[in-house]
Amino acid sequence: MSYDSIIIGAGLSGLAAGIRLAYYGKRVCILERHTTIGGLNSFYRLRGRNHDVGLHAVTNYSPPGGKRGPLNKILRQLRFQWEDFDLSPQCGSSVVFPGHTLRFNNQFDYFEAQIAEQFPQQIDGFRQLVTEIDAHNIGDLGQNWISTRERMAERISDPLLINMLLCPLMFYGSPSAHDMDFNQFVIMFRSIYQEGFARPYQGVRLILKNLTKKYKALGGELKLRAGVKQLLIEGNKVSGVVLDDGQILESQNVLSSAGSAETLQMCNVDVPRDDRFTPGDISFVETISVLDQQPAEFGHDETIVFYNDSEDFCYEQSKQPVDLRSGIICSPNNFKYDQPLKEGSIRITALANPDYWMSLPEEKYIEEKQYWYEEILKSSLRFIPDFRPHVLDIDTFTPRTIKKFTGHINGCVYGAPQKILDGTTPFNNLFLCGTDQGFLGIIGSMLSGISIANLHLLNPK
Amino acid sequence: MAPEQIRSVILDILARIAPDEDLSELDDSIPFREQMELDSMDFLDIVMELRKLYRVQIPEEDYGELVTMDSTVTYLTPLLKDAESTV
Repeated sequence: MSYDSIIIGAGLSGLAAGIRLAYYGKRVCILERHTTIGGLNSFYRLRGRNHDVGLHAVTNYSPPGGKRGPLNKILRQLRFQWEDFDLSPQCGSSVVFPGHTLRFNNQFDYFEAQIAEQFPQQIDGFRQLVTEIDAHNIGDLGQNWISTRERMAERISDPLLINMLLCPLMFYGSPSAHDMDFNQFVIMFRSIYQEGFARPYQGVRLILKNLTKKYKALGGELKLRAGVKQLLIEGNKVSGVVLDDGQILESQNVLSSAGSAETLQMCNVDVPRDDRFTPGDISFVETISVLDQQPAEFGHDETIVFYNDSEDFCYEQSKQPVDLRSGIICSPNNFKYDQPLKEGSIRITALANPDYWMSLPEEKYIEEKQYWYEEILKSSLRFIPDFRPHVLDIDTFTPRTIKKFTGHINGCVYGAPQKILDGTTPFNNLFLCGTDQGFLGIIGSMLSGISIANLHLLNPK
Repeated sequence: MAPEQIRSVILDILARIAPDEDLSELDDSIPFREQMELDSMDFLDIVMELRKLYRVQIPEEDYGELVTMDSTVTYLTPLLKDAESTV
């Protein structure tokens, strides 16, 4: 069998790229090792309940009728209507550090006013920083890594404010410890503070199912349980792939969302690789607690709370199995839906140590998941009313879970620290999309697939 | 295709790319960019839609011809003179 394009991974980026290619008449096949679609943003069913894997919120919110920004861009490119994603905006979120709480919603003015009120000495510098962010071109594919902390320190002199601003952006997208690349910072700042959070009533599965439906209607092929074991290399080109079951598929080009280091591993040949192919090592443990009431009933009505228990913010690979100093509390209930979700739930996420979780024997692993579930809840109770009496069911995932279902080395969630913005690899017809290319979040990952498909696989030149 | 048919083909493509835009008020002599929120990705889409529908190749150096409806129709008229409209 021979294709114009093979796409590795049926996550948001791969499916979006697939739609673009199929729409323009390419023979395209998406290969997914897992039994279901979604990749890092998948969904599953456990004891009769639907759960999302990665989704706290869709960032990059734009209300209906909007024309700018990444959400509208991907809707146009994929020929979707705004209603197809059924986004309900957030109720309101906050960043909580000792002595300060900065609240934000999908109106940037509100956030700016919070900063002016709580950090009056810093507001001018903050506005200058926003001007720089507004002027930055994220579409420049040739830029190098620039330290965000250094750029911020030129404008803001209070390290506490710098840490508070960075906390949600790092938690929701930084692949590197302590600091982040300024281009990534701009992408995240816009998507979280300037555009904001929303969620489909049915969770990420609605978006994934609509993508798959469109892709298939356009004639695209999707193979599940079809992991790529090896890329077939001829000189500086890829000629096809070998699947886990030994089957060979040929293709004019290959677009991989598997990760940069992960993709090169499949090539099975020695190629000169620079820093961009070093995998990330930041990963998380997440606890999901299903509740017998809506969180608002016990006094928690915020969508997402980013917390940190000291003025310093240590965003890094945890030295302990889980870093209990900071975390994210997400309530999928607290979005402005037309009707409440059937059940309440609270998701709490914290930095973790991948090696620890990978190396545990199975029995101990289950025990440790239970132990750290309780520790994470205890830690979060400093920032949310005690909801433990309302818990009906729990689930916990770790770096090991992420590795198992997505294949990402270290169970890494936000990919490699160095992004490959133009999607190129040492092989002429092998390209990358997804977390290691550089756009982040639900909307960002779709934009990643679209951009790389447009740039390299559809370019009419 | 006659120029008037080419115009409706372009309108049809624009409606597909930007379903939320009101195209009834489109002024043919003013750049699309000034009337609609179109970026370079969208322009590439116009080119690719034309290629998909009519197998017409528009080289990158000619993208500048697609600025307004008038200039687009003028540019496409000789290229599409033998094509059958799909609209």
